[in-house]
Amino acid sequence: MRILKTFFILIFFISLGQVKAQDSSLLKMLDDSIAAVKKSVPVTGTFKGTKIIDLQSVEAPAKNVLNFMIQHRFGTINQGAYNLFGLDNATMRFGFDYGITNTLSVGVGRSTFEKMFDGYLKYKLIKQTEDNALPVTVDIFGGLYYNSLKYDSKPYLTSKYRTTYTAELIIARKFSRNLSLQLTPVWIHNNLVATTADKNNLFALGMAGRLKITRRLSLTAEYNYLPSGQVNSFKVYNSFSAGVDIETGGHVFQLHVTNSQGMVDPVFIAQTTGSWGAGNIYFGFNVSRAFNVAKKTKQL
Amino acid sequence: MLKNTLLALALLVICNAGRTQLYITTNGFAGFYSKTPLEDIKAENNQVFAVVDVAKKSLAFSMLLNGFVFPKELMQEHFNENYVESDKYPKATFTGAYTDDVDLGKGQEVTLHVNGTLTLHGVSKPVATTATLHLTGGVLTGTASLQLVPADFNIAIPGLVKEKIASKIDVHITINCKPRNK
Repeated sequence: MRILKTFFILIFFISLGQVKAQDSSLLKMLDDSIAAVKKSVPVTGTFKGTKIIDLQSVEAPAKNVLNFMIQHRFGTINQGAYNLFGLDNATMRFGFDYGITNTLSVGVGRSTFEKMFDGYLKYKLIKQTEDNALPVTVDIFGGLYYNSLKYDSKPYLTSKYRTTYTAELIIARKFSRNLSLQLTPVWIHNNLVATTADKNNLFALGMAGRLKITRRLSLTAEYNYLPSGQVNSFKVYNSFSAGVDIETGGHVFQLHVTNSQGMVDPVFIAQTTGSWGAGNIYFGFNVSRAFNVAKKTKQL
Repeated sequence: MLKNTLLALALLVICNAGRTQLYITTNGFAGFYSKTPLEDIKAENNQVFAVVDVAKKSLAFSMLLNGFVFPKELMQEHFNENYVESDKYPKATFTGAYTDDVDLGKGQEVTLHVNGTLTLHGVSKPVATTATLHLTGGVLTGTASLQLVPADFNIAIPGLVKEKIASKIDVHITINCKPRNK
């Protein structure tokens, strides 16, 4: 009788164990099938902003999202206390980016420098996937820049001479949740250059990275290498910038220091006259805000 | 006494050997809704994996968190990157059971009390909810509604957006399962 009772208790516990096992085996069954169909999900959030600092990133607004960005670059820090370390001399650019589709976006902007208008298209060729079937995200970028300064004494400066083009291939990889790197070969075509010693077609390589330090804060840096011998009539430096990105909901705040005051590609890549060594460093920021402009879908 | 014990034993053995009767789906629905005066947020996932064993009265759910679709793409990115951290914790899972004495064979909707464990964002919590099951034409339809508190799952909501995200999130589940291997 006692043995029987012990046996009963034993069986009872075994049965309990089996109920538990059943639960996890059900889940395991689902996990096996989830793994089997897990699609190659595209990687998101390679960078926080559509610009890393000055350089275009692989990011673009999603379909029907309008992104408004204000960029400021103050004067050089080495101007001293009289000019409040450059804060008295600000130049700015503001621009809009709009997602026509999830892969194609269009942007327009206006800069203080040369009263320049810019317009561009950015198209996503491939998207990096979680399973690394595609290891990188690649965008193609085409921009047009128009100098609208008045040159009263030079009426022959027609729009043809005021225009510059750029074409870029933007290649980026999110290596981990914290580290993203980007390479951007750039071609710039100036319809007009300062002297015959300067080349109309310029080639450069942009390099940039992001290191995320908390969920909403990251460090960024970019270096735009312009091989020498292309711009000769004035001393041009390679543009180097470093900063932090702070993300709060629909806003991205980017604070940085840079030796470039220009904020559009032909300017900061090929017309950077400031040098880090001489202390020609500008403090600046980009602030962007995303707006959803899609018609509200009817709530059920 | 001996007779009774033997009977109980036999019953247990039968239960253990128990026939399983599995109903399964790979495109169940899960949606969550956050309502505040400032902002309504919704996200829906139509790729929920679920299995119900009506013989053993146990069930399990599993879903990929990046399968939740938001009307705003930026919200979806923030959800995955900042809140549920789907790169670290890609799935939400639930295993549970019900003990209600119900007869699905009548083809009527029955209400059950489900107890189980929900795992989300690396945190496992016991969850109890009511659910319905309805077996018609070989298809087992189940629904459940529950409320979840993000803080319970270690999901931090920064002060800046606290007003925009409800402290309790409504979750709705609907599954249409077919018998397995039939």
